[in-house]
Amino acid sequence: MTHVEALPTWAALATAVLVLIGAALTLIGAIGTLRFGTFFERVHAPTLGTSWGTGSIALASIIFFSVLESRPVVHEVLIGVFITVTTPVTLMLLARAALYRERAEGSTRVPPHSVVRRARHLGAGEESGNDAP
Amino acid sequence: MSRVLPYPLLTAGLILMWLLLNSFSLGHLLLGTIIAVAASRVMAALEPSKPRLRRWQLIPRLTAVVTLDILRSNIAVASVILNPRRCDRVSGFVAIPLELRDKTGLAVLACIVTSTPGTAWIEYDSDSNILLIHVLDLVSEEEWIALIKNRYETLLMEIFE
Repeated sequence: MTHVEALPTWAALATAVLVLIGAALTLIGAIGTLRFGTFFERVHAPTLGTSWGTGSIALASIIFFSVLESRPVVHEVLIGVFITVTTPVTLMLLARAALYRERAEGSTRVPPHSVVRRARHLGAGEESGNDAP
Repeated sequence: MSRVLPYPLLTAGLILMWLLLNSFSLGHLLLGTIIAVAASRVMAALEPSKPRLRRWQLIPRLTAVVTLDILRSNIAVASVILNPRRCDRVSGFVAIPLELRDKTGLAVLACIVTSTPGTAWIEYDSDSNILLIHVLDLVSEEEWIALIKNRYETLLMEIFE
């Protein structure tokens, strides 16, 4: 961070724009989490921060340090990879817990479990033989 | 080959990660290789299912499609959040009958659906192979089923099955 003035203008501009986009998307995601009414709407909002919010800031970091050190610095890619791979785990855990609670309360806002099981009821005898339509 | 390197993809991935975290040098390449080979042999004790990549040359195409779609839905969801007065927006659940059976393919599909703002993977039944997703801005159910099936599932099935 010591020789920031040595950064060429195009790199400084690109870094600034990408950091601003990433920060704005994450902020919008946070506002959305606050604004949406139900749990299932709310889970969509933070995704802004975990997708291009992260991606944009990581890209800015790659450009900044690659230009400053005159060699490719790309380990930020790993942050993106790990966030993409781990978010589904948390999301599924939360979503299934919410779904279980809503169903236990007999809520009509979520589809019943039979929605994902309907094929078994319709085609109980199709287990054997080939699955080709 | 399979005795020494039971999971060549995992080993290659670990070496790559080691070199990304440390800077590239011969010493780090050697150290990373030793650690990666040892780690993937430890992994063999867990006997995870081995993913088969049938047509890996389609992976860059899938990555490009997904990156662009995520960018587009980022803009869409951001505009939904910033216009709370839009009261015609309906969110809802969509049940999608899948044909993809491969576990790795399903895992990748889960990552895609989750990383795309506006869609969330809610429930999946492995017996009926039906996936339940929640869509923030639901206009038509058929459109979403067609989108997931044609855009991602077909490519994933070509890569993994």
